[in-house]
Amino acid sequence: MTGLLARAGATPVTAPHGLPRLIPAGAGADPGLAAHLARLGPPAHSPAGAAPQAGPAIIAAAQAAGLTGRGGAAFPVHRKLRAVAAAGRPGRAVAVANGAESEPASGKDRSLLWLAPHLVLDGLQLAAEAVAAGRAVLYVHRDPDLARHLADALAHRAAAGCDRIATEVVQAPDRFLAGETSALASRVSGGPARPGFAEPPVYERGIGGRPTLVHNAETLAHLALTGRFGPGWFRAAGLPGEPGSMLCTVHRADGAGHVTEAALGTALAALLPGLGGPGRGEVQAVLCGGYHGTWLDPAVAAGLTLSRASLREAGAAPGAGVLAELPASRCGLAETARVARYLALESAGQCGPCFNGLPRMAAALAELAAPRPAPRAEADLRRWAGLVGGRGACHHPDGFVRFVASALGVFRDEVAGHARGRCRATDRAPFLPVPAPPATEADWS
Amino acid sequence: MRLRVNPIACTGHGSCADLLPELVSLDEWGYPLVADGAVPPELARRARRAVRDCPALALLLTADPEPGRR
Repeated sequence: MTGLLARAGATPVTAPHGLPRLIPAGAGADPGLAAHLARLGPPAHSPAGAAPQAGPAIIAAAQAAGLTGRGGAAFPVHRKLRAVAAAGRPGRAVAVANGAESEPASGKDRSLLWLAPHLVLDGLQLAAEAVAAGRAVLYVHRDPDLARHLADALAHRAAAGCDRIATEVVQAPDRFLAGETSALASRVSGGPARPGFAEPPVYERGIGGRPTLVHNAETLAHLALTGRFGPGWFRAAGLPGEPGSMLCTVHRADGAGHVTEAALGTALAALLPGLGGPGRGEVQAVLCGGYHGTWLDPAVAAGLTLSRASLREAGAAPGAGVLAELPASRCGLAETARVARYLALESAGQCGPCFNGLPRMAAALAELAAPRPAPRAEADLRRWAGLVGGRGACHHPDGFVRFVASALGVFRDEVAGHARGRCRATDRAPFLPVPAPPATEADWS
Repeated sequence: MRLRVNPIACTGHGSCADLLPELVSLDEWGYPLVADGAVPPELARRARRAVRDCPALALLLTADPEPGRR
């Protein structure tokens, strides 16, 4: 242990009060390891930590905190930790921080890795301790600047003697499905970043056939703080049934966007100005949960909160925290069709129902987005939705169907208008962010 | 026992639907739609044959209700 870590251990810190917890307010750049340790104290996994913890204690703390995954599925963290810890002898497991945020409309993991990488890396080490992992991996989309930034952060940690096991950075292709757990396991094993038929599951046989723990980068940042300040501190924010906070990427109708941290249970109207404030009337729909998420009517969204229990009433979920206002000036069907085309092109092309159904559904949506669509387009769309859901190796077709089905509900007046040759759009400029199609179909590595 | 399809391995030959029409039908692209639930005992023998004869080795019989993936 070097001076930096020992000094941090000798100086008492106070637990952050209120929000934000993860990215300090006003942080425009990563303050570096020394400032990170000065703010939060030594990491819980390090010998200088307040109470160096053994695996079972880390898992028990995650359970007491009620921490769930922040990558979209909200799976209880302690259950994943326990499953991987039980799946092999000590030193065999691989722990992975998944920073390959694939939603084009989400920027929260990227922000976290740029502004608070040490929090994610602390969490990765703590998770690695929890499952007695012999290998730690940080998985991110290919980005030379970010890779350099992370390499610097890791070099500083190595110099300070922060970590028991070195963290490798593995880069993923810029594909929507590259962050899916089985795609990640394949990529880190040296294969293509495509989803697999994960049987047995990745937590038993993942990277190189080893038990593999995959947690979203933000999830690990919360774990790092819970390890330092305890489950009670974590539960001071959020709801009893859904404690803590989560990062959200908010897109406003005026085109502005930002990443913000919100307690679970926060009213959507407090996050989206168009649902109640001065922006009221400028918003015709809210996209909740990203491109595998759900369109909501603004009148419905205004009564909901950022929690699984509340959003479930409207058939939605917080997902990875994407919230987007669709301005009144745009055509919701045109926006949905554009995103659907992108998602169809991002199919890994492996499962018949997905590679047959998604392009057809995207084409039918493009038809519905045009004036006087073929009368059968909507019926085709609904039939195909019934055929592709639940029939992929991964959840891409399921998320696609959820997104498209919610559009047919929320934009039903627009569907009726198009049938009569009328469209509400006064602005045809694309609104939701959609990346350019991949350079080559084969670029999965 | 439950019948499952590995959708990545499946290439839509359709032999499962020929051998086991009670449990497998084909969608409009020729890919199998498998009935939910346990395989009835009287169909177990033909289900095993369908698994064995799948040219893509994509049909599976699993003992338990499908475990949670991921």
